[in-house]
Amino acid sequence: MKMSRSKLLVPIVAILLGFALGAAVLIATGRSPVDMFYAMLQSVSGKNLRADTFNPRYIGEFVVQSMPIMLTGLSVGFAFRTGLFNIGAEGQLMVGSIAAVAVGLGIQAPPVVHVLLVLAAAMLAGGLWGAIPGFLKARFNVHEVVVTIMLNYVALFLNNWAIVAIFKSADSVKTAVIPETGLLKSAMLAELTNGSRLNWGFVPVLLSILVYWFIIEKTTFGFSLRAVGFNKDGAQYAGMKVNRNIVSSMIIAGAFAGLAGAVITVGTFSFGRALPAAEGYGFDGIAVALVGGNTALGVLFSGLLFGMLKAAQPLMQSQGIPKEVASIIQASIVLFIAMKFGIEYLMKKLKPKKTTVEEVES
Amino acid sequence: MSLLLTMIPIALVYATPLIIAALGGLYSERSGIVNIALEGIMMVGAFTAASVTVWLEPSPMAAYWGILAGIAAGVLFSLLHAFASIHLKADQVVSGTALIILAGGVTVYLCQIFFDQQRTNAFSTGLSKISVPGLSKIPFLGPVLFQDVYTTTYAAFALVVLTWFVVYKTPFGLRLRACGEHPQAAASMGISVLAMRYVGVLLSGAFAGLAGAAMVLTQDIQYTIGSVHGAGFIALACLIFGKWNPFGVLGAGLFFGLSQALSIYAKDIPLLQSVPQDFFYMLPYILTVIALVVFSGKSVGPKAAGELYDAGKR
Repeated sequence: MKMSRSKLLVPIVAILLGFALGAAVLIATGRSPVDMFYAMLQSVSGKNLRADTFNPRYIGEFVVQSMPIMLTGLSVGFAFRTGLFNIGAEGQLMVGSIAAVAVGLGIQAPPVVHVLLVLAAAMLAGGLWGAIPGFLKARFNVHEVVVTIMLNYVALFLNNWAIVAIFKSADSVKTAVIPETGLLKSAMLAELTNGSRLNWGFVPVLLSILVYWFIIEKTTFGFSLRAVGFNKDGAQYAGMKVNRNIVSSMIIAGAFAGLAGAVITVGTFSFGRALPAAEGYGFDGIAVALVGGNTALGVLFSGLLFGMLKAAQPLMQSQGIPKEVASIIQASIVLFIAMKFGIEYLMKKLKPKKTTVEEVES
Repeated sequence: MSLLLTMIPIALVYATPLIIAALGGLYSERSGIVNIALEGIMMVGAFTAASVTVWLEPSPMAAYWGILAGIAAGVLFSLLHAFASIHLKADQVVSGTALIILAGGVTVYLCQIFFDQQRTNAFSTGLSKISVPGLSKIPFLGPVLFQDVYTTTYAAFALVVLTWFVVYKTPFGLRLRACGEHPQAAASMGISVLAMRYVGVLLSGAFAGLAGAAMVLTQDIQYTIGSVHGAGFIALACLIFGKWNPFGVLGAGLFFGLSQALSIYAKDIPLLQSVPQDFFYMLPYILTVIALVVFSGKSVGPKAAGELYDAGKR
């Protein structure tokens, strides 16, 4: 398999180049890249190698940061597999969050049932929000990129409106606290990680990764979705329902992102929040999906990578390193992946000339 | 009526960066390269303009040097997009996404290096307003259009006309459009698709850089991560809503500028009092989606925009 090797090679080269560039930026501006790597190590392991202290809270926060971006990564990746570019994970996430608050505050139910209803509502809302660009693409051939960008902002302002007008926020910033039964919070997990915000959110996240893998790799439905992504006309000719697949794919993608909204709102936090601007989970998801090659396992690992970058930010800042270097590294990795033709060309040039059978055949 | 008189100047201030950035997007998309990174380029332009203005003040020309620097920074930043998507055949949306993430990172990173905080220092005046002598005395129109107006607003109007002329009345414009409609055909007539697309993307960088500079120097006191707050995406909306046409862009920009001004003044207008402010913020985005549906089926946008250029394709 020639494909799989280059599929792994490009992200790895891109990641290495991204970190190298980040380190170079730090050196050029008189900061120490060593401090940055210490901060990253501490955010993953909880160990401060310099002071030789250990604080498991960092590990908890690292997982907390990774959870939503894995889900938005799944969302973007799922749409990618059907040949759709979902920049709308951010908006789907926000609509999911609105639904989570609505069910969290609006109904009373026994402990486990309540939180399950919250998650289901968020997935449903995200799915419906995703269905809009899917339907417009299928019915009117309107490009999903522009529609999803526009819907992100609609969702943002819808959220801010709902926080005040529907959920009657007292301070116009956050809603009342959602009852315990509707939350993913766990005293045990928090205690285990020295008071971090770690919560049961990782269970639906891991299940989602499993579901993603199963749908894409193991079902006929997933196969026909991939067929549409690979060659729309070919899939049509083979008798697949291209338009229906586009809508279904966007609904499922939206549901993943909607779930991310719930994980943030009833896991990381315990109330709905009005936001001055989008928080970037959608863009994080694009990075996660690209680096992860749109595969379930890839999303898991790249979610951890970018989660680490996010979690290390406060640590970097406290050590005098501008935390935005993390965004610079993330953007460079995305840019390098986008330049994959360039990287592949470079790799070919660096390798000693030996024309293999594969190359001749390709 | 007097409310309208106070609202129009504010709407013009809001509309200015939208129009300029959308014109930038027009050059890029007409050449066949989708540029969703207008937002990011605007941030870079805004940051550079604010920084240079802070450094050069109290020189009376500080803001204008700031604007020039913003344009230059926009061009340099868009070079990344051009190189990735034209030379290396990167997916244009992915490359644009990278630029948006990068812009937020780089600008605030540099704020921390230069100013030791998450934002630039505040400039004292920014761009100052001017009044056109004589014309500002015209009843009604005078105070609205010629009194206390930013020069960037006039620049926006001038650029609309200039862009229309360049794109529709010059050989260069014809070639640019050809590259966005059918690059293979353009190439067969001896036009360098590569070069035209570079020009298109770099022009979009210059315009978006100018837009960002105009925005921060007229609507803000310093550059922060929130200075551009989605204007680049509204500009993208303007481009679509204006059917990729300079005068359409002008109309869309004025309309969206007015809708933003309305969000501030709605509480004073009896009919609009009960409409929540967030609705006015949403309006440009919703209208753009509707416009896309209405335009669908009619080919209004550049046909080859967003496609990888394959010289061998028929």
